[in-house]
Amino acid sequence: MTTEDSGAELPEQLAQIREDFLALAVRERLQLLLEFSNELPELPERYLDHPDLLERVEECQSPVFIFVEVDDASIVHLYATAPKEAPTTRGFASILAQGLAGLTAEQVLAVPDDYPNTIGLTEAVSPLRIRGMTALLGRTKRQVREKLVA
Amino acid sequence: MTVEVDTAPQFSAFAHPERLVSGDWLEAHLGTPGLVVVESDEDVLLYETGHIEGAVKIDWHTDLNDPVERDYIDGAAFAKLVGAKGISRDSTVVIYGDKNNWWAAYALWVFTLFGHEDVRLLDGGRAKWEADGRAYTTAEPEITPVDYPVVERNDAAIRAFKEDVIAHLGNPLIDVRSPEEYSGERTHMPAYPEEGALRGGHIPSAQSVPWARAVAEDGTFKSVPELDAIYREGAGLKDGDNIVAYCRIGERSSHTWFVLTHLLGFEGVRNYDGSWTEWGSAVRVPIAKGTEPGAVPAK
Repeated sequence: MTTEDSGAELPEQLAQIREDFLALAVRERLQLLLEFSNELPELPERYLDHPDLLERVEECQSPVFIFVEVDDASIVHLYATAPKEAPTTRGFASILAQGLAGLTAEQVLAVPDDYPNTIGLTEAVSPLRIRGMTALLGRTKRQVREKLVA
Repeated sequence: MTVEVDTAPQFSAFAHPERLVSGDWLEAHLGTPGLVVVESDEDVLLYETGHIEGAVKIDWHTDLNDPVERDYIDGAAFAKLVGAKGISRDSTVVIYGDKNNWWAAYALWVFTLFGHEDVRLLDGGRAKWEADGRAYTTAEPEITPVDYPVVERNDAAIRAFKEDVIAHLGNPLIDVRSPEEYSGERTHMPAYPEEGALRGGHIPSAQSVPWARAVAEDGTFKSVPELDAIYREGAGLKDGDNIVAYCRIGERSSHTWFVLTHLLGFEGVRNYDGSWTEWGSAVRVPIAKGTEPGAVPAK
């Protein structure tokens, strides 16, 4: 399902990422996903020492761990780590980390849950695999909600 | 044209040693006319991060499964797929992949459905190739497309459907899932909740032999004495048995199918690819819970 017409509501970076993927042929979308995968930043040191702070995303076929911070200005920071043997999962996490960068908690919570299904990757990686990214987004939003009430 | 087999001593005790090649053999034979190396992974991007030189990629989701029905592609689609990868009917195909060759074995089993004669696994898959310090490249292989004949899939010999399994009850069944899935604590594999079923447990009388028990620490297959201890002494399989293996969607059990058929030499082993996602959601099929196999249901 592509929801082209909901583009106006999307935060700019997420809309841009979607546009970049949709502009490519299906095969080339994998290359772009690989670029994202390679760009996933290392965890900040404070999490390297505290793996217990990270949440495992069970829905992903490969081990991926995330941690969400909401700072004093209500800006969301998403940190994620996944092994190099799981480049697809790394790519999913990297898309979200870049796409959500700088957004407020409110903006993150307003991102459509089906965003992963709209960026042209279901054909390239299969619908089953894309569910891992949907789960990443879902858990990110849940952590944001938890941080807001804490 | 068939490429010579790997006569490495570690394979000689297997029933069909010609079904395995070592890293040494593959490195020495890369580029040999008639040889096509295929990478088949769980992770759809892993090939793009680096692969064995000249290897082509075949993906289980996007290539081998029918995009609409829950089935494999048909003869025409298979011919188109593999022909475009430069695979001829008489090519020697060596498949390798991630996760102990789990998906590579699945691809090999699908090639076998189409009767492709010479298809082998790289023992140890990606993990062993890397541990041995062998090279990868990101260069795209130069492929000369060829004509592959349209061969209709022959499911009967190595594939079982639900009705076949019901008729098979009383004969050996091997459940290759995790102990938690077998007992019914879980209706899906840890980390794979999207491939769930409505009921938990196992097919009554099935022996539990998690697939990865066939694999040694370094990712290669265990030796015949070790495999005999697991499958003959442990699970009670005997020569002449008709065996059905199953898991969740048929991929892990194609790994076990490979072990039983090509390494231990059992004949007539079938993979029930509908597996637990079908059985555990089907109406009025018998199910056993707990760690015991349970009795064969009355028919």
